[in-house]
Amino acid sequence: MDAFFTLLKHELLVTALIFILLLLKISRTIKNETLLPLIQLLLLINCAAGFFWNEQGSLFDSMFYTNPLIALQKNILNIGVYLISLLFTDWFKKTAHLAEFFILLLSALLGMFFLISSGNFLMFYLALELATIPVAAMANFDLEKKVSSESAMKMILSSAFSSGILLFGISIIYGVTGIINFAELAAVVNNSTIQLLAFVFLITAFAFKLSIVPFHLWTADVYEGSPMPTTAFLSVISKGAVAFAFITALYKVFQPVAGVWYNMLMVLAVITMLVGNFFALRQQNIKRFLAFSSIAQVGFILLGIGSNTANGAGAVVYFILIYIFSNLAAFGVAAIISAATGKENIDDYKGLYKTNPLLSWILALALFSLAGIPPTAGFFGKLFLISSAAAKGSYAFIIIAALNMIISLYYYLKVIRAVFMDKNEKPIEKLQVNVYAKLGLFICGAGIVLLGLLSWVYEYIQAVVQ
Amino acid sequence: MGVYGFFTRRNLITMLMSIELMLNSVNLNFIGFNKYVWPNKMDGLFFTIFIIAIAAAEAAVAIAIIINLYRSRQSVDVENAEEMKY
Repeated sequence: MDAFFTLLKHELLVTALIFILLLLKISRTIKNETLLPLIQLLLLINCAAGFFWNEQGSLFDSMFYTNPLIALQKNILNIGVYLISLLFTDWFKKTAHLAEFFILLLSALLGMFFLISSGNFLMFYLALELATIPVAAMANFDLEKKVSSESAMKMILSSAFSSGILLFGISIIYGVTGIINFAELAAVVNNSTIQLLAFVFLITAFAFKLSIVPFHLWTADVYEGSPMPTTAFLSVISKGAVAFAFITALYKVFQPVAGVWYNMLMVLAVITMLVGNFFALRQQNIKRFLAFSSIAQVGFILLGIGSNTANGAGAVVYFILIYIFSNLAAFGVAAIISAATGKENIDDYKGLYKTNPLLSWILALALFSLAGIPPTAGFFGKLFLISSAAAKGSYAFIIIAALNMIISLYYYLKVIRAVFMDKNEKPIEKLQVNVYAKLGLFICGAGIVLLGLLSWVYEYIQAVVQ
Repeated sequence: MGVYGFFTRRNLITMLMSIELMLNSVNLNFIGFNKYVWPNKMDGLFFTIFIIAIAAAEAAVAIAIIINLYRSRQSVDVENAEEMKY
């Protein structure tokens, strides 16, 4: 019983939060202004509690498995959710159904927690669905907007399609081996054609969720149409969770066929980077721009996953932590501007520095970090990813990756030029930034700078991974 | 069949039905493997039950979204849902 509580701690906490919100919702009508700080406080407690009593063990006939690394990954996701609750304060205050939004968000988070610790394909599938269906509902939250429901429709149809493919892969594996348990499966996976077919189906499903290139088409539309917090959640938290689950599945279950998926991942990584970068070049809408830039970032994550070492896994965890801070900062600034003025085009950002220096600096910091420029943490994240991939050889792919960083620099700097240098007759007027959003932005900014400078963060992650 | 339907149909409801068709083929797969290949295991049956339940949940959310889309657009055709392009 004791192990039950310590091992399931993250999941139980999130479930408790969901129930608290449900009870608050049905008991009486609370104004958003009072409910939001309460939610933020609860999420902060949840975030802090995640760091204690992390043990190793499995539950429910090894369907659920956890260890310090998995607990660390869950903590990273928790931090991201807390930051989302801070950064999008403006949007949250306006929405009519605040409690429901957080119930859906936390349900999706719960699904991601189970997804990361799943030790069985049944658990894996259930968790994946729990992590995607609420997000589709969240994408539809701007009920009166046409684009919002359109993006939700695209999201639910493509995710249902991808889970159909995933299930087909699982059913083939079950037919061949009769096993759906990860630990037992690792012993019997081999290079036979039918198992590789099933494996390709599984990779396809992951590629859909991570928006790896041949299956990335839904990403930009969904990101553009959804409300800002949903977009941020989708691009940061859900991507991180799926990447963590991908690591678990590849390293634990499909380790025997590593030679096959190494090449696959490297090619996918390079294509993903190229397509993401080249499409990002021509985007005008800031959300679409960030969507394609996040596709390009996934390419780098794949590079780290493909290295197939504990070092690579550590580098991926570190990179995702940085990515959460930098991407959320960028989305946070965009959300503040879009909530106040409704402007989402990069051209509208011209001359932003004159009127809103704080927002401009945070945005510049975030974009520098995403581009991977040295003083920021993003540089170190990419450095470790590329060096872990280089340890494995295949320098051609790594050179292409490095060239991609230069391409990405061009479009990130284009936004920064618009903000800092371009003149504009009618720049966005001076915005009153909410205290909570300001706090969130400062946490993000501090994270971007400090994660790179404090070496113990990376050493801690590597120590946990080993 | 389901995949074919998903790519060719232009009506959202029919697309949803195609996805259900795909899931049902997986169910048949699981049941068949369970009955003839691994008769002494139960995993396949459990998996099927869960797939049916999840498919229902997914269909509920999808139909809710489609109804919302219909309200704003008076159509359930994908060709009309093209507000966003690059």
